[in-house]
Amino acid sequence: MDVKVSEPSTPFPGTIHETPGGGILLSSLDDVINWARSNSLWPLVFGTSCCAIEMMSVASAKYDFSRFGFEVFRASPRQADVIIISGTIVNKMAPVLKRLFDQMPEPKYVIAMGACATSGGPFFYNTYSVVKGADHVIPVDVYLAGCPPRPEALLHALITLQEKIKSGLTREQIRSKMSEEYGK
Amino acid sequence: MENEPLLNSLQTGFPEATIAIGSDWPEMSIESTQLLEVIEKLKGSDNWDFNYLFCETCVDWKTHFTMVYHLSSTQFRHSMVLKAKVDREIPQIESVVKFYKTAEMLEREVYDLFGIQFLNHPDLRRLLLTEDWVGYPLRKDYHDPINMIKL
Repeated sequence: MDVKVSEPSTPFPGTIHETPGGGILLSSLDDVINWARSNSLWPLVFGTSCCAIEMMSVASAKYDFSRFGFEVFRASPRQADVIIISGTIVNKMAPVLKRLFDQMPEPKYVIAMGACATSGGPFFYNTYSVVKGADHVIPVDVYLAGCPPRPEALLHALITLQEKIKSGLTREQIRSKMSEEYGK
Repeated sequence: MENEPLLNSLQTGFPEATIAIGSDWPEMSIESTQLLEVIEKLKGSDNWDFNYLFCETCVDWKTHFTMVYHLSSTQFRHSMVLKAKVDREIPQIESVVKFYKTAEMLEREVYDLFGIQFLNHPDLRRLLLTEDWVGYPLRKDYHDPINMIKL
C-alpha cells in the first residue's frame, strides 16, 4: 500500500454521466461506504499519559483535525469509531482498554500513538507494570512512532488510517501487497 | 526562616543529629527510633512550626532503607528534609499519621512499593497494586520473571 498524504478533500468515488435533466452516478457501494466512513471518524476520549497532550493539541485550533473529519471526541465508546491509544498502557489499565474496545460498535479502528503504545517504549526493560505494546490487548491498525510524536505525525497517522479504510483492504491483503512491493 | 538560620537553629535543637544543606533545604539524618520525638518537637515548636508534610517516600540503598520526610511550615514558609535509616532485615518504623493525616496515604504507598511496616498505622494495606500482589516492586532486589525484561 502506498503511504502517501492525500489531499484533504478526497473526491467522491465514482463517475457522473451527464444526462438531460440530471445525471447518472456509477460507483461501487463499498467505495461509497468506505468513503463515508473514512471522512467521519470520531475518536474516543482516551489518554493515558503525555501523548494525550499532543492528541489534545491536534484537536485544538492550530492543527484542528476536524478538517479531516475527526471532528469531536466522544466520551462514550458506543459513539466512537476510532480509539487513539495515547500513552502508556499498564497492566491495570489493560482490561479497561479491552472493555472500551469491546464496547465500540463495528467498524472500529485503533491507532497506537507513540513508543509506549507500540512497544512499551521507554518502559520496555526493567518494568513490572507496563504492557509491552497495546497490540497485546487489542488489534492495532496504525502504529505511530515518537515519544511523544509531533501533532503533525498524529495527523499523518490519522490520514494513513483514512487511506487504509478507503482502500477497502484487510490487514492480510495489505501485508501481502507490501511484501510483494518490498520483498519479504 | 532562610536555610542558613534554619540549619543553625535545628543544629542547636538537635545537637546529636547530622544536618547539612542539601540541594534545596536543610537535611537532617536521625535514627528511626527517634522519629516520633523529633517530629513532635519540629511540629510543636513555635519557631519552626513544621505543620505540613508535603512528601514522604523511601530510598532503597540495598544495605538499608532511608525514609525521607519533606516537612514545610505554612506559617514561616521554610522547608526541611528529615531522613531516618531503616533496617533492611526488619523494615519497621513508627507511623507519623498521628501528626500528619496525609501520611496515611503516603505510608500506604511506601508500604505497597517498598514493604516498610509502619507501626500504629490505622489502615496499612496496599494502595496501587492489587491486594494479592507478591513482593514489593520498588525494592532493588525485586524480580518478576513474567512481566519484567531485565537489562
